[in-house]
Amino acid sequence: MQTKKANKLTVSELFGKLLSQQIFIPIAALLLLAIFNLIADPSFYKITYGINSAGAPVLSGYLMTILDYGSELAILAVGMTLVTAASGGQDISVGATIAIAGSVILRVLCGTNSRPDTLQAPIIVAFLVACVVAMIFGAFNGVLVAYFKIQPMVATLILFTAGRSIAAWINNNELPIISDPVFSYFGGFIPGIPIPTPFFIAAAVVAVAALALKFTNLGLYTQAVGINESSSRLNGLNPAFIKFLSFVILGLCVAVAALIKVSRLSSINYSVIAKDIEMDAILAVALGGNALSGGKFNLTASIMGAYVIQFLTTTLYKFNVQSDALPAYKAVVVIFLVVISSSVVRDYLRNIGSKISKKGVA
Amino acid sequence: MKKKLLGTLVCIAMVSSMLVGCGSTAATEAPATEAPATEEAAPTADAATEAATEEAAAPAADGELIKVGIINNDPNESGYRTANDKDMKNMFTEENGYEASFAYSLKNDEQITAAQKFIQDGVDYLLLSAADTAGWDSVLQDAADAGVRVILFDRTIDADESLYEASIVSDMAKEGETAVEWLKSQGLDEYNVIHIQGVMGSAAQKGRSGALDAAGFNIVTQQTAEWNAEKAQQIVQSVIDSGESFNVIYAENDDMAKGAVAALDKANISHGVGKDVIVMGFDCNKWALEELLAQNWNYDGQCNPFQASYIDSIIKDIQRGKAMTEKTIIMDEKGFDATTITQEDVDNYGI
Amino acid sequence: MKDKAVLEMKNIHKNFPGVRALQGVDFTLCEGEIHALMGENGAGKSTLIKVLTGVYGKDEGQIFIKGREDEILIKSPEEAQKAGISTVYQEITLCLNLTVAENMFIGRENNVYQNWEKMNTDTTKILKSLDIQAEATQELGSCSIAVQQMVAIARAVDMECKVLILDEPTSSLDEQEVEKLFKLMRDLRAKGVGIIFVTHFLDQVYEVCDKITVLRDGKLVGEYEINDLPRVKLVSKMLGKDLDEKTEESKKYRIYEKKSGAVPVIETEGLYSNGGIKPFDFNIYKGEVNGFTGLLGSGRSECVRAIFGADGILGGTMKKNGKTVKITKPIDAMKNGIGYLPEDRKVDGIIGDLSVRDNIIFALQVLRGFFKPFTKAEANKFADEYIKLLGIKTASANTPIKSLSGGNQQKCILARWLLTNPEYLILDEPTRGIDIGTKTEIQKLVLKLAGEGMSITFISSEIDEMLGTCSRLVVMRDRKVVGELSGEELSQSMIMSTIAGGEK
Repeated sequence: MQTKKANKLTVSELFGKLLSQQIFIPIAALLLLAIFNLIADPSFYKITYGINSAGAPVLSGYLMTILDYGSELAILAVGMTLVTAASGGQDISVGATIAIAGSVILRVLCGTNSRPDTLQAPIIVAFLVACVVAMIFGAFNGVLVAYFKIQPMVATLILFTAGRSIAAWINNNELPIISDPVFSYFGGFIPGIPIPTPFFIAAAVVAVAALALKFTNLGLYTQAVGINESSSRLNGLNPAFIKFLSFVILGLCVAVAALIKVSRLSSINYSVIAKDIEMDAILAVALGGNALSGGKFNLTASIMGAYVIQFLTTTLYKFNVQSDALPAYKAVVVIFLVVISSSVVRDYLRNIGSKISKKGVA
Repeated sequence: MKKKLLGTLVCIAMVSSMLVGCGSTAATEAPATEAPATEEAAPTADAATEAATEEAAAPAADGELIKVGIINNDPNESGYRTANDKDMKNMFTEENGYEASFAYSLKNDEQITAAQKFIQDGVDYLLLSAADTAGWDSVLQDAADAGVRVILFDRTIDADESLYEASIVSDMAKEGETAVEWLKSQGLDEYNVIHIQGVMGSAAQKGRSGALDAAGFNIVTQQTAEWNAEKAQQIVQSVIDSGESFNVIYAENDDMAKGAVAALDKANISHGVGKDVIVMGFDCNKWALEELLAQNWNYDGQCNPFQASYIDSIIKDIQRGKAMTEKTIIMDEKGFDATTITQEDVDNYGI
Repeated sequence: MKDKAVLEMKNIHKNFPGVRALQGVDFTLCEGEIHALMGENGAGKSTLIKVLTGVYGKDEGQIFIKGREDEILIKSPEEAQKAGISTVYQEITLCLNLTVAENMFIGRENNVYQNWEKMNTDTTKILKSLDIQAEATQELGSCSIAVQQMVAIARAVDMECKVLILDEPTSSLDEQEVEKLFKLMRDLRAKGVGIIFVTHFLDQVYEVCDKITVLRDGKLVGEYEINDLPRVKLVSKMLGKDLDEKTEESKKYRIYEKKSGAVPVIETEGLYSNGGIKPFDFNIYKGEVNGFTGLLGSGRSECVRAIFGADGILGGTMKKNGKTVKITKPIDAMKNGIGYLPEDRKVDGIIGDLSVRDNIIFALQVLRGFFKPFTKAEANKFADEYIKLLGIKTASANTPIKSLSGGNQQKCILARWLLTNPEYLILDEPTRGIDIGTKTEIQKLVLKLAGEGMSITFISSEIDEMLGTCSRLVVMRDRKVVGELSGEELSQSMIMSTIAGGEK
């Protein structure tokens, strides 16, 4: 930290404005984890090239695993960041709505028979239907938050509670299984491409989000509403609609994440699919240094945050930490990072930094 | 104002979730063809139950319905639970002489509350699949005082035997032993096992882990995936990434085995009969048995979810005043080998 | 200390960074008197009360309370309460979901072993003695706001307060409720309680108070018997314009010559909103500068908010260039070429964490639409242009607006609206809390823009500023329009007498 401060001038000269203060947090976390792994076991970074059971080339190794399994989280982090920025609260129902969207995908693909030999509808149709359904559920949350002015956590508690039952009901409580290998591409590999598909999907979502931020006023409006609702209204915005919109967008992200999730196993388990993912998604936003009380946001930092969480999870699995103890380790890391990124500590460090640089000058 | 509104919304949410519950009930009961299918499966599970089922088919002689309160775990929890719930719903119907009320929860305290409500409602029998083994003494004492008879199914509890009439359970340790015996009989040169455990502390986990721990194989990794396929996939992925060699996956349920296999498939590690890795699962989901039939998996241990016919015969016995010989009734359970399984087995035992 | 005084504050000083909020203020309250504390925005009323109640520490000065020889130190609201000083705020600070009796006794000593029965009978006794229409066991939330306020007062009185501070207690009450409150205040006066009454309503001051202390710019203007201070004088004291100075009648006023047959740019008829104003008529012509004037809280901001659609419109019509337009929300007004610089810069104006650039382009960007964001180059061009034009002092266009000084923030908001090139611009207190240089710049700019054909409504607490810019003034008192002045009528004395209610 101190050396960072001391080198600040040269660093900022080198990287320009690319490394803003905010994104520093997830980058620092990532570096910390990376260095830890490098010291503990450099084989962590080994990537091997092989052929999978479908005869397609694949790259494998811990790094690929992180890119692969971090995808759903990165996708959700996009939507969660917008919801957080606009509404100053978080959606805790994303895990349950993933179950709903996943269930819809399988329902459309399977029709009435839970184990069809052939798909009853094209995958794209199933996915689009799931998008619509997930956006409707997002809209439900959005209406409660934006128009009925209910605390986001409380409003989304409703679907958090009921969502998995709704998901089970969509498929008559049966467990559909898709046998078509094409369906497994979304959570696995496309033949001939050695990088896991979820990574490409996540990249596509991020690209779409980046384009949306560039070619619309989504970013400006969302931040303005989150920072000062009253002023936004007096400048002609409809703050309620912006909040509503952010929940609908999160719904879309949920549908995409659900596609990957159900594709990974070609099946669904309503009660455990995407379990606790809402907490990880919120964590990703927090790790990205975004204020959970809303306002300014940095999407890149949130996405970095998502991969930091997966990096941590994979690291813990590698060191054979009991998986039911994972949340405890995550909590420790989170406490550390959140405290480090709090304005109190930052101001403190900044003071120390400026003192040191003053002494240096003297 | 906000508070009132919130209250209303919560009510709406609760009602809607109840509606969902009703909806699924209707959906599972509606297809008339499904009920016979399960009944077919139940008798074959045990010859002794055949008679019981026939008896159950006739309405109670005195024409009065027997009131039963059934407390079960959430049917969405697993395929096992879904099959179990469906079995119970098919058995305890008015045609069979029962008036049944159902309560579902994965939480012990909610189950106890439900039990107290059933006791107040004056049910004749309380059928209980407890979420947790502890904490049932006082409520079961209340039941005894109110003259409500208690029958446990699927899960045992830490309470005095006198507090319940009977306990119909799977012997998880025996399931584990059967599986481990089978594994030993494969005669591999070396056993390098990935052991994927269920939720730690659950009866199924304890029984199935116990047998494997006692067997003395080389355990490559032992991790809980909490019955969750996604976690199992990550655990196996992590072993693959580490480059350690293994040749057995011992997953304590089918879902986790499926997750493990998904990881193997991704990394081009062959599995199944005559392949690199032996895959073992539990619970005999129909789709899992199909994997066995296709020789993608090697072994699946049964955990019999069809307790309804056993319970029915016990209730009939008690009604006739027949004394119980044995409090704990252990259900018959099999283990299937991919090399010997038949389509008939899949149809009969798949849940 | 005077014999009858219950409270004496001497030579109170309080400084905040950059502001000298109180400079040697004396204040004396006698027992059995209702004492109005008057002053416009920034006069130091609330600071004085906060010093008295221990919310702020004082930098200098002494406070004496009857019955104690020495000066007393009040370090917290609790200590103030112990010293017998109670405050009832405009916002009810009691618990609405507890009963009246519980509210009376909550948080007081010995309440661990509360005797419920005794508590209820005691409460009934107190309520009866003060003639408050409420049951001890009633939930406080089910009482009217007036009764809630009276319960708060009763609680204060029962805690043996000698000094009762009522901070804007009447803002949310209707006339009858105000009457009841006044009756209670008079009863308490008869019982020897000293009451400090803070309000914006002149009529109420003259109805119920015995004495008036006027503050201005953190200094004491004077203490007066109510009968010695006619309304007009009070207004002039508050505004800091001495009527005896004949020099100010310099006959310099602005005249707007409207072209014959001209149609007003904006015209309202019977417009009113949920901001609590009475229906008003208003118009403005092309190139005209007019203003709303009145004391703080008189409803001048609410009028312009209604025109801009910022509050919920309850009735009335509005015409633009002779054609009826429907404006129910700000975006409607913006589309009709209206701009509005709000009174409270921090709450309604700036978007603190966003950059100067984003703040400047914001309104125009919203008008342009969701799918047409400016490119960075365009946005920078606009921002740089206005930073230069208005001389905004900022490190760069990227600097968050919240780190700028008040005057520069205000210039950014001004730039935001100028960028939309409005036909009609509303400036509500654009000069509040900013340095004198910027004030003059803004006034000059207003006149320049009007010369270019823009219609501008200018609101300021400072009459000088209004006279220097406006050619017509709409005068407001107690939330309704009470007069319109133009031409020769535009003089300090005329404005103040209109504000005060017609007396001279």
